[in-house]
Amino acid sequence: MPVLGLVWTLLVGLVVAAVSGKIFVELYAWAKNPEQLEFSSQLNMNWPRFIFAVAFTMVFFIAAANGILGASRSADWSWFANYFTQLVHGLYLTILLLVISVFFGFLMAVPIGLVQVTGPRPLAWLAKGFCTIIRGTPLLVQLWLLYYGLGSFFPQFPGLRDSFLWPVLIDGFYYAILALTLSFAGYEGEIMRGAFLGVPKGELEAARAFGMSPFTMLRRVWLPRAFRIVLPTLGGEVIAQLKSTPLASTVTVLDLYGVAGKIKSNTLRTYEPLIMVAIVYFILVFFLNRIIHAVERQVPQRR
Amino acid sequence: MGGANSSVELLWAWSGPLGWGALSTIGIAVLAYAFGLLGGLAGAMGKLYGNNSLKTALGWYTTIVRSLPELLLIIVLYYLVSDLINQALAVFGRPPIRINGFLAAVVVLGFVQGAYHTEVIRGAIQAIPIGQVEAATAFGMSPWLRFRRVILPAMLPNALPGLGNLWLNVTKDSSLVFVVGYSELISTAKQAAGSATTKHYFLFFSLAAAVYLLISLFSMWGFSKIEKRVRFGQPKEQS
Repeated sequence: MPVLGLVWTLLVGLVVAAVSGKIFVELYAWAKNPEQLEFSSQLNMNWPRFIFAVAFTMVFFIAAANGILGASRSADWSWFANYFTQLVHGLYLTILLLVISVFFGFLMAVPIGLVQVTGPRPLAWLAKGFCTIIRGTPLLVQLWLLYYGLGSFFPQFPGLRDSFLWPVLIDGFYYAILALTLSFAGYEGEIMRGAFLGVPKGELEAARAFGMSPFTMLRRVWLPRAFRIVLPTLGGEVIAQLKSTPLASTVTVLDLYGVAGKIKSNTLRTYEPLIMVAIVYFILVFFLNRIIHAVERQVPQRR
Repeated sequence: MGGANSSVELLWAWSGPLGWGALSTIGIAVLAYAFGLLGGLAGAMGKLYGNNSLKTALGWYTTIVRSLPELLLIIVLYYLVSDLINQALAVFGRPPIRINGFLAAVVVLGFVQGAYHTEVIRGAIQAIPIGQVEAATAFGMSPWLRFRRVILPAMLPNALPGLGNLWLNVTKDSSLVFVVGYSELISTAKQAAGSATTKHYFLFFSLAAAVYLLISLFSMWGFSKIEKRVRFGQPKEQS
């Protein structure tokens, strides 16, 4: 467990460090040369305008909330200081859910997409069935099926309760990770199938004509080309995945949305915590969009 | 252990509420989809032909709704709608009411769907070669006739894949309305599974999943039929 925790912390720490380092570099560049508003860099963004936009959004939402609450009650943000650390931890869990499930989901999606194109037949049917089931049922049902359904089988085994596995088996977080990963694999596997099919036949024939073994061909030609095809849709899928992570709160995970629910029931304030969290999600999506665009720009788009 | 007999009995005992739950899931999905489709059509028209302030407002609507998790939106909008209605009632001196869960689910999901529909339909209309619309104008067609005879038939083949996906999304998203306390299919299944002393979570959730899968497969088949019909006479796409 401590080792696992360390790995997760490092993973997320890396992402946070990269993003905050980028922010620092951009701010430094802006401080040195304030006249230049458009920065020519990977994360091409207009920071003063971005900060203004975020501030405007927050003021807009908060004003709207206060307006709706109206004369009967007035908005109360006094809970914020008490719950700040929990909110940050919730944000950490949300990002963790996203990063882990996208990473492992994509790793699973590649073979799922591939076997549907190359066969063997039984594996192709299996992969096809997996994608259909995942895409045809709500994530909520999958998650509850795993957490309540699978989870209710484990207490039958007598030795399990005392084993080191038990803390993992009763923690909703791992079920959420599993469900989100399978879901991403299902959606992305279908897209990868299309991408593998979309690679022009001639390129694969050329690779074969060079005497490449099937594995080398996959590694050097087929997979890179398929990845390039899939990249524009991958961004949208990652954002959709972020929007699915709040479902983890239904299996007791205190992610960002879960913390908002907790604040809501503890303080009996409805709008303030939800709007607070909505703003954080909005900013997260904004950043994700920027990162995705930066990654897309790294890959040459020439045909 | 319960054995097969007791789980069959349990299923039989709950078949009424579960069937009702499945029906209300379909009802919520159909009404929310229709609501979203109308909103999306209006939104797309506003985004394409409206004045600047309308375009800005619709831009905020689609951007905000599409970047927030559905679960969060549903719960915020539920409280918003019921608060607004109760405040309006208070103005007329009426006591506050508890909003009907089914209606709230339809309104909220429809509002969310409207944002996605707006973008799909706007994209589909923009993909029509502009000359076709101009030709319709040159023939002296009124805006409504032009929409009905040219824009709608030319836009549908472009929009249908997106509209089909949105339909599949709304059937799946309808499972999220349990957060506002309305018992549709999945929350009924959870209730049923938790009711017996031997928890049959696996059984009931598998059943719910099977119902959703059936709905999805049936709609995919239906949408492919419709697409074939609206693409009648168009050159086949390769792939």
